[in-house]
Amino acid sequence: MIFDYNVVWDALPMYIDGLLTTLKLLAISLFFGLLAAIPLGLMRVSKQPVVNLTAWLYTYVIRGTPMLVQLFLIYYGLAQFEAVRQSVFWPLLSSATFCACLAFAINTSAYTAEIIAGSLKATPHGEIEAAKAMGMSRMKMYRRILLPSALRRALPQYSNEVIMMLQTTSLASIVTLIDITGAARTVNAQYYLPFEAYITAGVFYLCLTFILVRLFKMAERRWLGYLAPRKH
Amino acid sequence: MLKGYGAVILDGAWLTLQLALSSMALAIVLGLIGVALRLSPVRWLAWLGDLYSTVVRGIPDLVLILLIFYGGQDIINRVAPLVGYDDYIDLNPLLAGIGTLGFIFGAYLSETFRGAFLGIPKGQAEAGVAYGMSARQVFFRIQVPQMIRLAIPGFTNNWLVLTKATALISVVGLQDMMFKAKQAADATREPFTFFLAVAALYLVLTSVSLLALKYLERRYSVGVKVAEL
Repeated sequence: MIFDYNVVWDALPMYIDGLLTTLKLLAISLFFGLLAAIPLGLMRVSKQPVVNLTAWLYTYVIRGTPMLVQLFLIYYGLAQFEAVRQSVFWPLLSSATFCACLAFAINTSAYTAEIIAGSLKATPHGEIEAAKAMGMSRMKMYRRILLPSALRRALPQYSNEVIMMLQTTSLASIVTLIDITGAARTVNAQYYLPFEAYITAGVFYLCLTFILVRLFKMAERRWLGYLAPRKH
Repeated sequence: MLKGYGAVILDGAWLTLQLALSSMALAIVLGLIGVALRLSPVRWLAWLGDLYSTVVRGIPDLVLILLIFYGGQDIINRVAPLVGYDDYIDLNPLLAGIGTLGFIFGAYLSETFRGAFLGIPKGQAEAGVAYGMSARQVFFRIQVPQMIRLAIPGFTNNWLVLTKATALISVVGLQDMMFKAKQAADATREPFTFFLAVAALYLVLTSVSLLALKYLERRYSVGVKVAEL
C-alpha cells in the first residue's frame, strides 16, 4: 500500500484544533465584514456622487486585488512605518490572528456591500411607493421596508460569499496561523506525507462547505419562503 | 522608489500573465469537457462531471494547489519506481501551476458553461438534429457558438478570480510578481511599498480585463435585440 493514513489519524487532534481556528476566523471576519458592508451597500445606492464614488472605489480596489496581497500589506506591510510600530495599535497589528481577521473582514465587506447594493436596487417599486404613501421618513423606510427585504433577498448570493470566505480563511496558514490548512502543512512538514495531509484538509473543507450549504438552504426556506413557487 | 526592483517585478508580472492566460486556456478545455460530461445522457458520465465540479469547488484553491503541487509530486515519485523509473522527478512550478489552476478553474467554468448551455432554447439543438447533424456537430456548430454570449458575464467573473488566484502559486515557489515582491520586501525591509506596487499591477490587470471582456460581450450581443427605454 503506498498510502499511509496512520500519521493522519494520530494528527487528528491537530486538525480538530485547526477546524476551530478556521471557524473562529470565519465567524469574526464575517461578523465585522457584514457590519461594515451594510453602510457601504447603502452608500453604493446613494444618489450623491461623492458618497457613491467613495464606496465604489473601495469595493473596486478590494475586489480587483488578490486577497493574498491585501493580507501581506496588512501583516508585513504596516510594520514598515515607524509611526505604526510606536502606536497603541501595535500589539494588535503584530498579531497574526488580528491581521488575518482584519484583512478577511475588509475583503468580505467589499464583496458583501456589492451584493447588498444589488439587492437594494432590485427592490420592487411597489414596496417603496407603498412606504412613501404611508408617509414614512427615509430612515424609517430603510429600516422597516428596504433593508429587511433586501437583506433577505441577498441570502442566496451571500451564501456563496460565505463559502468563498471559508475557502479564503485557508490563507491564514500563510501568515503562521494553524487553521485546517495550517494543520495539514504542519503534518506535511513533520512526516513528509503531502498527499495524505492535504487530502485530509480537503475532506474537512468539503464537509464544512456541505454543512454551510445545508444551513443556508434552511435559512432560505425560513426567510425566503414567500418567494418559493407555490406547492399544494 | 522601487530601489531598482521595478524591472524584476515587471518580469514577474509577465510570468503572472503567462500563468493566467495558459491556465485559462486549459480551464476552458476542461470546462467544456466537464460540461459535456454533466449534460450527457449517460448517467455515470454526468455523475463524474458533477463530482469534478462539486469537489473542486468545495475545497480552497490554496489546499488544492498544495495538494496537487506537493502531493502530486510525491505520488509521481512513489509510483515511478514501481514502473522502473528511479530518478527523482521534480515538477516545473510554472507547468504545475498551469495544471493546477487549469484543473481548479475548469470546474468553475463547467458550472458557468452549464448555465449558458441551459439558456439556449431547446429548439436550436433539435433543429440541428433535424438537419441530420451528428451529436458532435450539434455541440460544436450550434451550441458552443451560442453559449459564448451567455457565458461571458460568468466567464468574466471566473477570469478575474483566476487572475487573483495566480498570486497563490507564489506560495509553492513560482517566481511570479508576488514572489518577486516578497523577495524585494525582505531585502529592503520595505514590504508596504512593494506589496502596494503589486496590488496596483493586479488592479491594472483586472481593470484591463474588465474593459476587454465588456467589449467582447457587446460584440457577441450585436445580434440580440434590446428594448430601448
